[in-house]
Amino acid sequence: MAEPHVPHPDLPPPASAVGALGWLRRNLFSSPLNIALTALALYLLVTLIPPLLRWALLDATWSGEDRAACRVNSGACWTFIRVHFDQFLYGFYPEAQRWRVNAVVLFLIFGAVPLFLRSVPDSLKLRWGLGLLLAFPVVAFLLLRGGLGLPVVDTSSWGGLLLTLVIAGVGMTAALPLGVLLALGRRSDMPAIQTLCVTFIEFWRGVPLITVLFMSSVMLPLFLPAGMNFDKLLRALIGVTLFQAAYMAEVVRGGLQAIPKGQIEAAAALGLGYWKSMLLIVLPQALKLVIPGIVNTFIALFKDTSLVLIIGLFDLMNIVHNATTNPEWLGFSTEGYVFAAAVYWLFCFGMSRYSQKLEKRLHTGHKR
Amino acid sequence: MNEPALTPVKPPLWNNPQTRAIAFQVIALIATVAVGLYIFDNTQNNLRRLGIASGFGFLSSPSGFDIIQTLIPYSPTSSYGRVFWVALLNTLLVSVLGIVLATLLGFVIGIARLSKNWLISRLALVYIETFRNIPLLLQIFFWYFAVLRAMPAPRQSLNLGDAAFLNIRGLYLPSPQFQPGFGWVLAAFAVAVGLVWHLKRWAHRRQMATGQQFPTLWVSLALLVGLPLLIYWLAGSPLAWQIPELQGFNFRGGWVVIPEMASLLLALSIYTAAFIAEIVRAGIQSVSHGQTEASLSLGLHSGQTLRLVILPQALRVIIPPLTNQYLNLTKNSSLAAAIGYPDLVSSFAGTVLNQTGQAIECIAITMAVYLTISLLISLLMNTYNRRVALVER
Repeated sequence: MAEPHVPHPDLPPPASAVGALGWLRRNLFSSPLNIALTALALYLLVTLIPPLLRWALLDATWSGEDRAACRVNSGACWTFIRVHFDQFLYGFYPEAQRWRVNAVVLFLIFGAVPLFLRSVPDSLKLRWGLGLLLAFPVVAFLLLRGGLGLPVVDTSSWGGLLLTLVIAGVGMTAALPLGVLLALGRRSDMPAIQTLCVTFIEFWRGVPLITVLFMSSVMLPLFLPAGMNFDKLLRALIGVTLFQAAYMAEVVRGGLQAIPKGQIEAAAALGLGYWKSMLLIVLPQALKLVIPGIVNTFIALFKDTSLVLIIGLFDLMNIVHNATTNPEWLGFSTEGYVFAAAVYWLFCFGMSRYSQKLEKRLHTGHKR
Repeated sequence: MNEPALTPVKPPLWNNPQTRAIAFQVIALIATVAVGLYIFDNTQNNLRRLGIASGFGFLSSPSGFDIIQTLIPYSPTSSYGRVFWVALLNTLLVSVLGIVLATLLGFVIGIARLSKNWLISRLALVYIETFRNIPLLLQIFFWYFAVLRAMPAPRQSLNLGDAAFLNIRGLYLPSPQFQPGFGWVLAAFAVAVGLVWHLKRWAHRRQMATGQQFPTLWVSLALLVGLPLLIYWLAGSPLAWQIPELQGFNFRGGWVVIPEMASLLLALSIYTAAFIAEIVRAGIQSVSHGQTEASLSLGLHSGQTLRLVILPQALRVIIPPLTNQYLNLTKNSSLAAAIGYPDLVSSFAGTVLNQTGQAIECIAITMAVYLTISLLISLLMNTYNRRVALVER
């Protein structure tokens, strides 16, 4: 009887195809072109990274109180940032009152914690979130502005990151609902409402934000009755909000268009009126679809807050710029701008990462 | 058995959808008109109270200020209307140059992002994530205040190959000097363009009829480069370069790119390129891999696959958002006002407005220009979209 056939055991893959070596071969050296590209990239990294590291870390100055401390080392002068740090955060907010800003931030952080806990049931989250949405603006306004026994801090002395976050926060919370309304109006069957919304959206999307801010600073006083004066910050807020609401409307419209008509018809068949079918059936699905677009608009809004410098508000961008023109600290504009860029970058990058996570979590299998 | 009669109940008037729709629209229109009238009335009163003239008469009075960069002849005695044209041309100049640079850089980065080379695609990713998450204004300020304004004085200029010089006053480039015979070279180029057009049509007809291919690309390139070069040589090289020279405290001759323009252009193209790169990547990825496989199995090589199968389909996805970015770049060029590049917003809605006080007219003209550009481009875009839209069964 013949021996039963025993197949040879499989040979392991060649050493050059697995492990670190295989990875290198596949990803960096797979063809002559790839080798050339890798060499180019390595050359770029070698010429850029070491000087950058030397400037930013190795040769940098961190200590000291004035510019004399920065004469010794050839690298960056982070002393400039350290000395101005409080100013960059709070602007010209009176030092004795800065605890109020911190209190607002703490209130927001602790208020928002339950919303991010998985263990809290959704119905409670909704109620908690709505409560926070109503309570936070009132508390924040009272604390920041003053009143009820607290000394009043005029908005003209708000500044730095505080002001940037105020403009971005108010802009975001106001632009989203306004944008949803405009998008619904644009999709409406009523010709007059539709025309009004289309005109509004196309007008704001057609002009640069800077002209809107110019307009709000030089034309708004002409539009209002004599003697009635608006707060500068409020004018900027109105400009930024209306501008971004138009962009938001187009994003939301994209989502509305993606919802099949059957959904609206089914809602109508169940006896839901227009607002109920929109709020309970269409918008939850539409908004989920356009989360990336909404967050992109938020990021654009956050970056656009830097434009309020044009009308003389001291947001993070302007306060840093202002510090670099201080005669006692001339010559450190690079450090200032790098610091400001890092702060803006952290916020924008954080938002985009969070939106990707949210998108994954809310993904219910409609997309293929 | 008595059944109750099922007579349709007419809903009350306020529950009738049609009545409601009409009521809502009338209310909305009345509210809009009322707000408009209120604003108009207030404006009239305010203008009268402040003694500000209205109307566009100011456009013909002399401006009295100088502009640091003008593409058409201009002097302080020119009218405000002339300022408008100078400023508009400056805006268009920086926008067009920015669009060209951003497109080139954006396509390179976008393709690099898709590269199979890990290092290259990571570098592209770092570029994209860095530059699109930093406000444009900050980038403009960085290039202007931290880089270009920190350049040395003219005497210590950075020397770039003895032809171009970089100092605090700007970038000095050699400028071409056209000698009399140069017109022939241009004419030769025009002839070459015409020839290429006919060649392409002939080659296409021949391929359709016989299936034979003709190396159109190489012949066209040879025509486009060769013919003008030949004429250039025959006409006795009618082109000279004027190199900027240091005279006294500054350079003379050549072209000068003012620092305002250079920093605006750098920031605009670097910032917009990050967005274009993402659009290019998304566009190419939107073409399913089956298309590549099908094309390869038909016997097209990889270059043909890219040119004939992938790109035409990817461009359909890429072009609408790309135009949007072009529009954004044009609108963003208005940030010039922050560093004093004499564009529409800075010169016209800024200086002219401050001098004349006619805020409404100046802002209205400026906004109208941007609106016109936006609407024109979206009109073109819609036409293009209709032409390339997928015709479904």
